[in-house]
Amino acid sequence: MRFADEFRDPELAQVLGTEIATLCEPGRHYKIMEVCGGHTHTIYRYGVQDHLPEAIELVHGPGCPVCVIPMGRVDDGIAIAEQDGVILTCFGDMMRVPGGNGSFLEANARGADIRMVYSPLDALRIAKANPDRRVVFYAIGFETTAPSTALTLVRAKADGVTNFSVFCNHVTVIPAITAILDSPDLQLDAFLGPGHVSTVIGCRPYEFIASERHKPLVCSGFEPLDLLQSIYMVMKQFAEGRVEVENQYTRVVRWEGNPMALKVLEDVFSLRPHFEWRGLGSIPHSALALSSRYERFDAELSFDIPGVRVADPKACQCGEVLKGALRPWECGVFGTACTPEKPIGTCMVSSEGACAAYYNYGQYSKQRIHLEV
Amino acid sequence: MPRAMSEVEVGERIEAIRRRAPRFRDERITMAHGAGGKASRQLVEGLFLPLLANPALAELSDAGLVKAAGVRLAFTTDSFVVSPLRFPGGSIGELAVNGTVNDLAVSGARPLALSAAVILEEGLAASVLEAEVKAMAAASASCGVPVVTGDTKVVERGKCDSLYITTSGVGLLEEGVALAPDLVRPGDKVLVSGTIGDHGVAIMLARGQLDLEADVKSDTQPLWELVQALIEACGEGLHCMRDATRGGVATVLNEIALSAEVGVVIAEDRVPVRPEVLGAGEILGIDPLYVANEGKLVAFVAPELADAALEAMRSQPAGREAALIGEVRDEPPGRVLGRTTFGGHRMIDVLVGDPLPRIC
Repeated sequence: MRFADEFRDPELAQVLGTEIATLCEPGRHYKIMEVCGGHTHTIYRYGVQDHLPEAIELVHGPGCPVCVIPMGRVDDGIAIAEQDGVILTCFGDMMRVPGGNGSFLEANARGADIRMVYSPLDALRIAKANPDRRVVFYAIGFETTAPSTALTLVRAKADGVTNFSVFCNHVTVIPAITAILDSPDLQLDAFLGPGHVSTVIGCRPYEFIASERHKPLVCSGFEPLDLLQSIYMVMKQFAEGRVEVENQYTRVVRWEGNPMALKVLEDVFSLRPHFEWRGLGSIPHSALALSSRYERFDAELSFDIPGVRVADPKACQCGEVLKGALRPWECGVFGTACTPEKPIGTCMVSSEGACAAYYNYGQYSKQRIHLEV
Repeated sequence: MPRAMSEVEVGERIEAIRRRAPRFRDERITMAHGAGGKASRQLVEGLFLPLLANPALAELSDAGLVKAAGVRLAFTTDSFVVSPLRFPGGSIGELAVNGTVNDLAVSGARPLALSAAVILEEGLAASVLEAEVKAMAAASASCGVPVVTGDTKVVERGKCDSLYITTSGVGLLEEGVALAPDLVRPGDKVLVSGTIGDHGVAIMLARGQLDLEADVKSDTQPLWELVQALIEACGEGLHCMRDATRGGVATVLNEIALSAEVGVVIAEDRVPVRPEVLGAGEILGIDPLYVANEGKLVAFVAPELADAALEAMRSQPAGREAALIGEVRDEPPGRVLGRTTFGGHRMIDVLVGDPLPRIC
């Protein structure tokens, strides 16, 4: 496949892997966190770790939109969906996320009408096609998906759609990284920055990570060679004694970000004072709500919502995994009580979640398979 | 807090859990139970299997084997609820015939006859029904397997979606053919009969919800002639075959790895996938290895016969793009591993549920 295979070349990978190995200081162990779930998926899907020396450990960060949704917000979604005449729409990954009162899939089995969409615009289309129903979009994701929700709201307002609203769970990436940096058990050496978020926010917001927190960050693309090159860039910084924010994903990410996307985010959303993250707890100024200009589309205002905080299950250590303090298999319930078919924690739900990625792809990745066919 | 376990211990614990008989404990049926993944397995092996227990069913093969008066028969059944009814490359009527014929074929049985039961929704246009009966007739004529009995039921509007078809089929097991997962052994080669993922992607695009356009057709086709050629070429060296429908090739490989207690290793760059299917999968985040096929089989063949098997498949119209994709190993038992196109490695597990409901 053109424009994809070029970034998956096994021979180039081998060359890069060797270069990376020569940059490792003997006896030193490096912990590098890939912030974004998309990176986690690529790492396991393609076996990126197989090209890295043992001294480099990749730690899977909190950038999986589904993984950070707290149980109470899932219950809120179900409460909306169970009201008369409602169609709730969401991305497919949300369907199996467990709340205190089951998942969306189970709510459907009890009679709710929760539909999977590929874009918030599809949700708006459903609203227009069903004028006698109230259609709600359950919005999740970082700055990557927030602009498409925003543009959908702009469209809904322009078209005068009255039966459409958004239950907003959009979060922002910088406060999550800050929370990880503030964590007392932090053992990270560097970060791979989330490429798609950065297409929107640019690289500037990360600068404090290098200047104040003294950790290198390289903004990385999503193909396996992108990741290897980003790791190479991180290792080069260590070797040369530099601590900087660098951009590997230059074919997409501009240092200043995307001003049009940032403008629409500013128009449509406002920062919440606090938002609860699964596993990470309440983080100030870390999430978006609809701004007053769009309040008539705000499902939180137009629906009766329990809004009850549901504590994470005690056995679940998603928080430690999200912070990189525990590796997925070190969690007490990993692979036994918590599996992709019956997830306890959200890290086990999405294919971008650290636990699900490790469970589905990772367990044998270190075994070399020599295959001549 | 329990003692921290090593990565290896955790792996062993997971293996032990994977091998436990699946239990069905859900309060209600969800779409995941119909998706061909782990939830479907829990439903079948945790509810139906223990209550209907008998040796033929326990094999959980594509068809059950029945012996009567010295004759070995294969018997199978399949329901079709695909939406939309018509899609590029086929329709529900054609699928209903080919699907059941193929379940018999991969069991090594010459398909003899089919039954068809249809459930119709009040208000269905007669022309729609007629088109599907004609499609069944054409498919039945083309593979030479008659529909010898049938049934019709009508339910109130809204109680079903247009038209569902259930077909059952009976076939005669060929002399000297013994196919079973237990016969798969380390060293065997793994072959697929052609490009994978065509059917699932064709259906997904035909639903028109994705704003994606690509020229992908369903691969629905009968496989008996291909199977016959394989049996002739390999004889007892043909150890097992499976029809790679719901759950795709990855699910079939996992089923065999688990029941034969062998490891299966495949090279992803050897798996034939059309560029359009690969591209659509890339955009949608769907791995073609897990996408449904309706005219492709996976065969496990003794290594010395792999070339002959490949040649036999490629001599048939249904197998022109057949390929050798991997081999069977001692280690790790019950697992499927892949060499990725990037030169790394990954585990290929069963999905929890196909992301696409009502694919067949």
